[in-house]
Amino acid sequence: MEKIKEVGINKSEDVIMARQVAREMAKELDFGLADQTRITAAVSELSRNIYHYAGTGRVVVKVLSESAKKGMEIIAEDKGPGIPDIEMAMQDGYSTGKGPLGQGLPGSKRLMDEFEIKSEVGVGTTVTIRKWL
Amino acid sequence: MERVPILKMGDTLILTIQVELHDETALRLQEDILEKIFETKPQGLVIDVSAVGVVDSFFGRMLSDTAIMARTMGVETVLVGIQPEIAIILQEMGLELKGVHTALNLEKGMALLQGMGEVGNGED
Ligand SMILES: Nc1ncnc2c1ncn2[C@@H]1O[C@H](COP(=O)(O)OP(=O)(O)O)[C@@H](O)[C@H]1O
Ligand SMILES: [Mg+2]
Repeated sequence: MEKIKEVGINKSEDVIMARQVAREMAKELDFGLADQTRITAAVSELSRNIYHYAGTGRVVVKVLSESAKKGMEIIAEDKGPGIPDIEMAMQDGYSTGKGPLGQGLPGSKRLMDEFEIKSEVGVGTTVTIRKWL
Repeated sequence: MERVPILKMGDTLILTIQVELHDETALRLQEDILEKIFETKPQGLVIDVSAVGVVDSFFGRMLSDTAIMARTMGVETVLVGIQPEIAIILQEMGLELKGVHTALNLEKGMALLQGMGEVGNGED
């Protein structure tokens, strides 16, 4: 299995590509169906955020294997406008978009085992999520 | 661009989501549904999501918005065939599908709409 895959996010179809790549890797790693779906949903949220707020960026999907543990890591990064108040953005229902619900970041955090977000205004945003088998 | 066919069966509009929807196709589908409702004046709308393997907040919002708009036009929406994993994601993410009714399958969804028709314009 390829241990690392990258999907560039430039158009709305790329969101679908990113989640297909993530789903495939989760399946190959033998994650159960519920976890495959959690990972796919989280990747969908993060790549949509890139497309909506930064315009372009990339999603990197990796196999993690530490001594006894196996899992998956997804890094979603962009050089977009950044998030001025991360704490605020991580709250349920906080959104600066016109359509969405503000559930993407806090929801993805709940779906995954680990969630890290780094963002700087004018520099960009990187979200790293992990799920262990 | 791939379009999702919307069929009329008896008094009900039925659509089955079988392709992965991205932003543009989802919004196009929303418009298509509303136009079809206006054209065909159905008793209700059934959206079959049994082939949908993942949801996110965008898709959930689109379904909910569509149902609320359909209701504004006088038509109730029933979502049928939600997979167990999808129910898990919706719950864990805290996504509420406002405005939609749900049923286990197409048959039960049609029966639900039928029942609503009998007691006037159904509300939940
Ligand atoms: N990659 C990003 N770049 C800039 N801003 C972002 C990014 N991701 C999220 N945000 C900001 O955080 C807010 C919350 O994001 P999210 O929880 O996904 O909800 P939603 O996308 O529904 O608004 C967004 O409205 C946006 O202001
Ligand atoms: Mg979002």
